[in-house]
Amino acid sequence: MTTTLMAIGTKKGLWLATSTDRQSWTLSEPHFLMQEVASVGIDTREDRTRILVGVLSYHWGPTVVYSDDLGATWSEPEQGAIKFDGSDDTAVGRIWQLQPDSADRPGVVWAGCEPISVWKSTDYGEHFELNRGLWDHPHRSEWGAGFGGAAAHSVIPSPVSDTVHVAMSTGGVYRSDDGGASWAPRNKGISAYFMPDPNPEFGQCVHKIARDAVEPNRLYAQNHHGVYRSDDSGETWESIADGLPADFGFVMLTHPRRSGTAWVIPLKADGERIPPEAKLAVHRTDDAGSSWTRQDRGLPDNEYNAVLRDAAGVDTLEPVGVYFGTRGGTVYASNDEGGSFSEVASHLPDVLCVRAAAVVGA
Amino acid sequence: MATPTSEVTVLIPTLLRPLIGDRATVPVPTPSAVPLAQLLDDLHQGYPVFARRIRDETGALRRYVNVYVDGEDVRRLEGLSTPVPPGAEVMIVQSVAGG
Repeated sequence: MTTTLMAIGTKKGLWLATSTDRQSWTLSEPHFLMQEVASVGIDTREDRTRILVGVLSYHWGPTVVYSDDLGATWSEPEQGAIKFDGSDDTAVGRIWQLQPDSADRPGVVWAGCEPISVWKSTDYGEHFELNRGLWDHPHRSEWGAGFGGAAAHSVIPSPVSDTVHVAMSTGGVYRSDDGGASWAPRNKGISAYFMPDPNPEFGQCVHKIARDAVEPNRLYAQNHHGVYRSDDSGETWESIADGLPADFGFVMLTHPRRSGTAWVIPLKADGERIPPEAKLAVHRTDDAGSSWTRQDRGLPDNEYNAVLRDAAGVDTLEPVGVYFGTRGGTVYASNDEGGSFSEVASHLPDVLCVRAAAVVGA
Repeated sequence: MATPTSEVTVLIPTLLRPLIGDRATVPVPTPSAVPLAQLLDDLHQGYPVFARRIRDETGALRRYVNVYVDGEDVRRLEGLSTPVPPGAEVMIVQSVAGG
């Protein structure tokens, strides 16, 4: 019997939920109560399950902790997993992303942080090295801060090459084709309507990017207004917002195995960050954005809370599970690719991060 | 005649005590006055996780951590350069933060 683990990172702690049918869930007591959990990575490679968590205490700072026993115990690397050298004269503010690499790169985990920086671990997330190529990029001084802070929030390595895509708010999408040694902006076609030149080389406020499961050069982006697809590894982007009720939002998810399938959770507008008509819905495409299907079965009649960029995730089961949580602290799960949702938890603190995976090795 | 003390007493906030041997106070040998930064370095010896809670990797006090030397907020004194004489009491306490 497969157990599915869902990690729910919130503004005031982490909750873990488990289920054997992905309909009925058992919710844990809070871990790291009163600490912000903005990032979780569930690493199920090599037949074991490690939960990596980016924790932020407003008093005591950020740190990475991990558990190899589904949250029964936690370990914190003594010297700190992610920190700048003294010579950098800066300190990590918040850990926004913990992203295990593909199965054939065991031990490799990527992190995205505030200030805008990318980090790579080769020891399962116990120690990360700063990516100097991006840190020393000449554009750095021109990158800005979105409302949530200046961060690299998406780090997605290609499973078939040395290409890595990063998205930052604000700065946009950057791509490396040499494993992170050098980076170039890849935002052609993505709008930055809030800038004097609405089509700059960089500076876009891309909220989230995701890679297609089958076509490694195909990416999807939820922008600060605008939903886009690229079929050439980010060289050019085209709008796929037609058919959506709104082009604002934070979430972008892709199917783990099927090409062309992605999910977004639209919000009405930058100036009105609620679900369109206050009706919460997920929208799925199965044709790479040519058309969208509304998915709202099991979701409430009225919802005025937003869903943040990492507050949604998919698992890898068949059919794929889709999970998300709102800033109002309600968490939903679908065990049928969004066909219907059930409520997993409610009245939690603002949900910042949701990840789920089938547990292995436990 | 009383023996002059050659220690500084550091008061540890409750939440951080598990990170420094479950102690509420930690005596730090301090034969002569040292800057607060040096005192914290000495206090932190062997307790790297505790150290990171107090100061970030640049060495700066974290924004919402307050340190008092004999009742005076070091941010109103000389910050991490504030001299800490033998016999002083140093209190580490979390400020107000969060919502």
